[in-house]
Amino acid sequence: MHTKTIAELSRALKQREFSSEELTRACLRRIEKHNPALNCYISVTGERALAQARAADASLAKNEGGALTGVPIAQKDIFCTKGVKTSCGSRMLDNFIAPYDATTVERFDAAGAVMLGKTNMDEFAMGSSNETSFYGAVKNPWDTAAVPGGSSGGSAAAVAARLAPAATGTDTGGSIRQPAALCNLTGLKPTYGRVSRYGMIAFASSLDQGGPMARTAEDCALLMQVMAGFDVRDSTSVDKPVPDYTATLNDSIKGLKIGLPREYFGAGLDGKVAQAIDAAVKEYEKLGAVVKEISLPNTSLAVPVYYVIAPAECSSNLSRFDGVRYGYRCKDPQDLLDLYERSRGEGFGAEVKRRIMVGAYVLSAGYYDAYYLKAQKLRRLISDDFKRALEQVDVIMGPTAPTVAFNLGEKTDDPVTMYLSDIYTIAVNLAGLPAISLPAGFVGQRPLGLQIIGNYFDEPRLLNVAHQYQKVTDWHTRTPKGFE
Amino acid sequence: MALTPSDVKKIARLARLAVAGEDIPAYARNLSNIMGLVEQMNAVDTREVTPMAHPLELPARLRPDQISETNQRELFQSIAPKVEAGLYLVPKVIE
Repeated sequence: MHTKTIAELSRALKQREFSSEELTRACLRRIEKHNPALNCYISVTGERALAQARAADASLAKNEGGALTGVPIAQKDIFCTKGVKTSCGSRMLDNFIAPYDATTVERFDAAGAVMLGKTNMDEFAMGSSNETSFYGAVKNPWDTAAVPGGSSGGSAAAVAARLAPAATGTDTGGSIRQPAALCNLTGLKPTYGRVSRYGMIAFASSLDQGGPMARTAEDCALLMQVMAGFDVRDSTSVDKPVPDYTATLNDSIKGLKIGLPREYFGAGLDGKVAQAIDAAVKEYEKLGAVVKEISLPNTSLAVPVYYVIAPAECSSNLSRFDGVRYGYRCKDPQDLLDLYERSRGEGFGAEVKRRIMVGAYVLSAGYYDAYYLKAQKLRRLISDDFKRALEQVDVIMGPTAPTVAFNLGEKTDDPVTMYLSDIYTIAVNLAGLPAISLPAGFVGQRPLGLQIIGNYFDEPRLLNVAHQYQKVTDWHTRTPKGFE
Repeated sequence: MALTPSDVKKIARLARLAVAGEDIPAYARNLSNIMGLVEQMNAVDTREVTPMAHPLELPARLRPDQISETNQRELFQSIAPKVEAGLYLVPKVIE
């Protein structure tokens, strides 16, 4: 059962080949067996899952329910789940039992999906390797010496190792796409505002966006159908009709105009990754697409701009964690200042503290114009680059990450080197565009991803273009050794 | 731009973060490297550019001024570190 995609599971459940309870039990057994080695779950919610599975079976017995009824998924531990620990990968929230559900959780529950548990992640989603988690690093099922990517590393490892058919992720600078690439998955970062951020613990509010992580584009389409939509409780949610994401998967892509930004193929890109991406583009040409070289001239500025804007927003968002109303509180505070400083100092890990400090610094009096305002101006230039490019082409393609997964511990001593691993994903968040990463090959035993960037709200096209590739290639069907 | 240990102490205080003395040099080094990366922004002249605060640039949405949430004080306080008589307790602020 664990080898099936969501689309296959959905059909099998409807035809009663097995029940949701049997399927859920099978997933829970696999988690019990493999999670100790991979560390991809922070919480496993077995009883809750079985109750949901039995309810789904009751619906299915009456021929009711939708595509996800009875299908198990995992939720990134950044989404609040009522009555369940929601840690965000941090000691600060190790004791936090969320008093309400995130909209994304509520929507999956309403769709009849079964939540298996909450997945590990970089602390407060700040990281590209899942090594900043308070709960320890996650291992990549393709090679346990390698990182799974981050920040949605637990979700990626869980789906890659077949410990969940799919999972949710969030993407502030690449946190869905980069782990999807490093674990051989399909991951979609939707247009900013498409998926509600209500109950999704905030890191950088003008960049954060939730999205699906699964094995195929078709599965991502099924998940997006549940996740996307207007939410009155998120002030940046966009009130725009949700298209049928599966309806256009099989459209022909003959004549599709693909732009290859020359800046995404320059120095810093691993030669073998470049070869694999070239081969993927050739596959698209065989399908009738037309390829054109384009330029995104401000690409090199994306990482510096991001490391002003994201920390600035994070320092503001994370000021709510003060040890007073919920979360971690230090022992025996001497006075109120000591309570704040030690609760935060002990509750947050080093990377989170670094980013809060960078944020506090760039927003402080005398530096605001030089850093924060400057970054906002460059953000406009980066966004305009994409606007111009997407007037000439339908989609932009390139690598998701410059290399395959690096080794655990390889980049932990040097934050800047770690930051540069997100060079191709970060600009997309600054512009607010949608982008998908899909499996496109291997270097040795480690997978790599092809990134496809589209215009605002053009998720149907991204899913269509990804699905057409998956119909003629088999990278996405490969399973890591030991997890077949 | 290089940050000194005393800069780090000042920023940590502004951000309400206790940082152990022995960790300060490492923070100074890492934050200096990050600010070095950020300095690359200065290569571009942006005098004529309008800042972009948000990807959507939509006006704030308004809603009718009606009660939409009910009082859940007990639920919310059940996860608080310290409460008494419905109030959150912190160390004494006024002598």
